[in-house]
Amino acid sequence: MFNWLQNFADWLIYSIFNIAPGSHLGTALNFFVYDTLKILILLFVIVFFMGIVNAYFPVERLKNYLQNTKLFGLEYVFSSIFGALTPFCSCSSVPLFIGFVQGGIPLGVTFSFLITSPLVNEVAIAMFIGMFGPKATLIYALSGILLGTLGGWLLGKLHLEPLLSDWVKQISNQNIQQNLYETEARTFYQRLPEIGRGAWSIVKDVLIYVIIGIAIGAAMHGFVPENFFSQYLGGGQWWTVPLAVLIAVPMYANAAAIVPIIDVFVAKGVPLGTAIAFMMATVGLSIPEATLLKKVMSLKLIAIFFGVITLAIIFSGFLFNLLL
Amino acid sequence: MSRVIKILGTGCPKCQSMTKVVQTVITENNIDASIEKVEDMMDIMKYNIMTTPSLVIDDAITIKGRVPSKDEILALLI
Repeated sequence: MFNWLQNFADWLIYSIFNIAPGSHLGTALNFFVYDTLKILILLFVIVFFMGIVNAYFPVERLKNYLQNTKLFGLEYVFSSIFGALTPFCSCSSVPLFIGFVQGGIPLGVTFSFLITSPLVNEVAIAMFIGMFGPKATLIYALSGILLGTLGGWLLGKLHLEPLLSDWVKQISNQNIQQNLYETEARTFYQRLPEIGRGAWSIVKDVLIYVIIGIAIGAAMHGFVPENFFSQYLGGGQWWTVPLAVLIAVPMYANAAAIVPIIDVFVAKGVPLGTAIAFMMATVGLSIPEATLLKKVMSLKLIAIFFGVITLAIIFSGFLFNLLL
Repeated sequence: MSRVIKILGTGCPKCQSMTKVVQTVITENNIDASIEKVEDMMDIMKYNIMTTPSLVIDDAITIKGRVPSKDEILALLI
């Protein structure tokens, strides 16, 4: 599918820049050009596709649907899938959370959305396809959705409503219907240019992270000795998964920058499951996110939320290492 | 008649770029309008929205969850 891109990279590096094929620099630059362009194309296509999905099923519609329909447990699955399909923006996570609570949607279902939204996002998916291929991507996306579903369900069982901030408690259960405003009024073709523009602006925003990530990855490929990690981390010691996850939880890195680095970890002997668990903990949980949530939850609730998800990610890391 | 424009958002990069676009449109077209940034979460939630940034013109929500183009804003203001 990307043969033409390889031809382009070959032509650019070997003919235009006149760097000898097979030289160290030539190979590295070729790899860099090819990978960067491939990922940017994938990213644009995926973000564009998600934009179309969102134009038809905005999150307000999901909210109204969850409010008005009895789903007998399936609401966790829906909420989690929607979290995956909605482009993630940290500045929207608090209004979304409050909107759900205001509508009387159970806290657990809200958590399902909140867990999956950063975990499975358009940037992570594009990077994963580009670096690890469709199969690993599917495993990542499905396990992210499963994690959101089960995590939300479990958190719902714990009856944590008293731990919300006071002002959030006051506005909860008003059963307010969300207006759909502009979304209904215009046709698909009228919205298409705007969806394209939105996709382009997301790609533009992460461009620098993609370049930095791939550059660091390319450099590490050359400098980190073969089997470096497998000597220390990959030998199947059980504690490597929790260690990787615990390091990653407070950290926040853009998926665009973290995936190329994980790619090197895997190439140098870290098991894929450990790497995926590390990635999930990096993008899914972070100190900046906790700070945002502080506006709507007590510290205790944030701690429980992070604790449950951390354990779930560690558990799925073990599972991946067994299965993959 | 002076228009009252409010931009709802907690100060994320997207909210800032929306403010910039609106400001540009107003200056370029000499539109009589005031811009107010609403950054407090409790105030934002009174508008019953779920995604930011959102654009409120004379107390009606016109755009939410994305940064609009200049043309779009101009069309809303004239």
